[in-house]
Amino acid sequence: MSEHVIDVDGRRYRFDGLGTLLAAATPHRSGDALAGIAAASAEERAVAQMALAELPLATFLEEPLIPYEEDEVTRLILDRHDRAAFAPVASLSVGEFRNWLLSEHADGESLKRLAPGLTPEMVAAVSKLMRVQDLVLVGRKCEVITRFRNTIGLPGRLSTRLQPNHPTDDASGIAASILDGLLYASGDAVIGINPATDNTSTVVTLLKMLDEVISRYEIPTQSCVLTHVTTAIEAIERGAPTDLVFQSIAGTEAANRGFGIDLALLREGREAALSLNRGPLGNNVMYFETGQGSALSANAHHGLDQQTLEARAYAVAREFEPLLVNTVVGFIGPEYLFDGKQIIRAGLEDHFCGKLLGVPMGCDVCYTNHAEADQDDMDMLLTLLGAAGCHYIMGIPGSDDIMLNYQTTSFHDALYLRQVLGLRPAPEFEQWLESSGIYRHGQGIAFGHELPSRFQHVLGSRGSAGLPS
Amino acid sequence: MREREPSSAGEALTVTNPWQRLCEFTDARIGLGRVGGSLPTSAQLAFQLDHARARDAVHMALDTERLMPELDRRFPLALRLHSRAIDRDEYLRRPDLGRRLSEEAEQELAAITPEPCDVSICVVDGLSARAIHEQAIPFLDAALPEIERLGLSLGPVALVEQGRVAIGDPIGQALKARMSIVLIGERPGLSSPDSLGLYFTWAPRSGRRDSERNCISNIRPRGLDYAGAARLLAYLMREAQALGASGVALKDDSEVDSRLGDGRQGNFLIPSA
Repeated sequence: MSEHVIDVDGRRYRFDGLGTLLAAATPHRSGDALAGIAAASAEERAVAQMALAELPLATFLEEPLIPYEEDEVTRLILDRHDRAAFAPVASLSVGEFRNWLLSEHADGESLKRLAPGLTPEMVAAVSKLMRVQDLVLVGRKCEVITRFRNTIGLPGRLSTRLQPNHPTDDASGIAASILDGLLYASGDAVIGINPATDNTSTVVTLLKMLDEVISRYEIPTQSCVLTHVTTAIEAIERGAPTDLVFQSIAGTEAANRGFGIDLALLREGREAALSLNRGPLGNNVMYFETGQGSALSANAHHGLDQQTLEARAYAVAREFEPLLVNTVVGFIGPEYLFDGKQIIRAGLEDHFCGKLLGVPMGCDVCYTNHAEADQDDMDMLLTLLGAAGCHYIMGIPGSDDIMLNYQTTSFHDALYLRQVLGLRPAPEFEQWLESSGIYRHGQGIAFGHELPSRFQHVLGSRGSAGLPS
Repeated sequence: MREREPSSAGEALTVTNPWQRLCEFTDARIGLGRVGGSLPTSAQLAFQLDHARARDAVHMALDTERLMPELDRRFPLALRLHSRAIDRDEYLRRPDLGRRLSEEAEQELAAITPEPCDVSICVVDGLSARAIHEQAIPFLDAALPEIERLGLSLGPVALVEQGRVAIGDPIGQALKARMSIVLIGERPGLSSPDSLGLYFTWAPRSGRRDSERNCISNIRPRGLDYAGAARLLAYLMREAQALGASGVALKDDSEVDSRLGDGRQGNFLIPSA
């Protein structure tokens, strides 16, 4: 284990090991305090950041934080590392790398070429030296574009995942939220349901229903039922019309085992989805969720800070060429991110680290009712992520997820962000919204009290549709 | 407070949604209307009130005085235990302490020398004591007959304050239970400060991973009803005995009572031809 020593104003500071240094340099958050690895004082944190700034980036290739032999995520990171892509920054220290990223050397093209040469540890390290505005600026420079039934991540675009969850997976209840979302111009990233149970029959039924809605209304979007990858594979075997395979992932082999997965299983899930060949525009068939604190909560953190581990999860994600990846930043709870301030910074770190590694990042801008956070905090993170070029946010009726019991962004929130920053939906979906008379860029929602003709029948003949009178 | 007549000018600014009556189908906040693209004032204020209520539910204390006699009536023995987290603030910051028993509780468990049993049940406050107050006893009244029908023996029940899901592991282990059921208050949602979660673990012992458990969520009258949740639990117990495991190894393949149909006929967006 290497010792890192730095002298500041005549005083010598020691950090015994790279993991210790990274943890001490991390802006304060409750999860690192819970793990007992946070800096002991504000001064120690600032000094650790100075020591980290002097560290050569290449150190992370020589000194794995979790041994190669012990952890398949470490093996993935090092085996996949592209030395040629790394060359432009190979001689830089972490501090110099921050300067490089903010300079004119770093633009969409150069960052795309660099991505395979970066490891999660490098991007986590440099993020610890960055302010919020740096995270926004560099995040915005990155371009990652993915395709399935539409195109996600183009500059100037903001997509939403329509999340029509219902506590008993009731078909009409789910349909009501889907209609609400579509008529508020939401759903281009995915229409994605978190089912109340992992029951395979329910999952198959929900997939059929989403497929039917998307094809009947000719919506250029994709569907997903966010169930365990093994259930998704079973559903595909039973003939369920599956667009995207979902899985929660983390940054260590042991944490992934806690989720009941490994890399081989993810590969199997991806192959199952690819075998259906359902994406007319592209083959990005995976949807991953991550979040700081997941490894610690599975007691699988190897003494490392949660933000570095989160970045390692993005190395797992990029191996499988996902359509969508989002951090569920405020979902895991106050023991990892205590309040609005910690959630806001973490959301921007996650977006930055993912994008720099070439991952198509969205964010579940969210909080639970036991965290010290409220709607004002979410508005700040939402607006900052819009400025940073975040691919997508969640969209849910009135910010209230009645199945998962937390608050995320609403359909109205996406309209706000599009209005304030001039952002547009994914192009294929935007065209559908316009031709359906739902939404027009620059104008907003394009209808008043009369439903657009495409949807008039749903309230029309209430006998046949089984509507309440 | 004096009610003020809404002015017609203020009303006219809000665009209402004709699909608002679909609220019949869901508690989700659909059809809120809009001013421009934003939330109308009334919907904004309603949200703030619900958030305030959910915040209050997190900090409500478990009413052990009322619950202990109810449990005593239904179980051969009822234990009142406490986690290692002293109060709510420590509970929120230190989930590790919420998973472990207090020293006092450990001693109490060590003092009884239980016969091996099939099932141990823990009733735990979690993040909503209100969920336990309202759902725990009616759910038990639906579930205990199912357990009896399966011919399974019940060990002592434990009522646990400031506990997390995994606290069922050391308790089940000490009570020599083949399987453990933890009833716990889920994190309160805006519309559901009263939602009960159930976690089922085969062969409970300290160190079990979350992937080794099965969860039944949202047990409450407006969510998954007591009888439906009890049937699902019975299914899990039968399958776990056959398999000798719980968690991701035990797929929920039950054809649960469902209003879903086959997905091609079930709702107003896709009316049957």
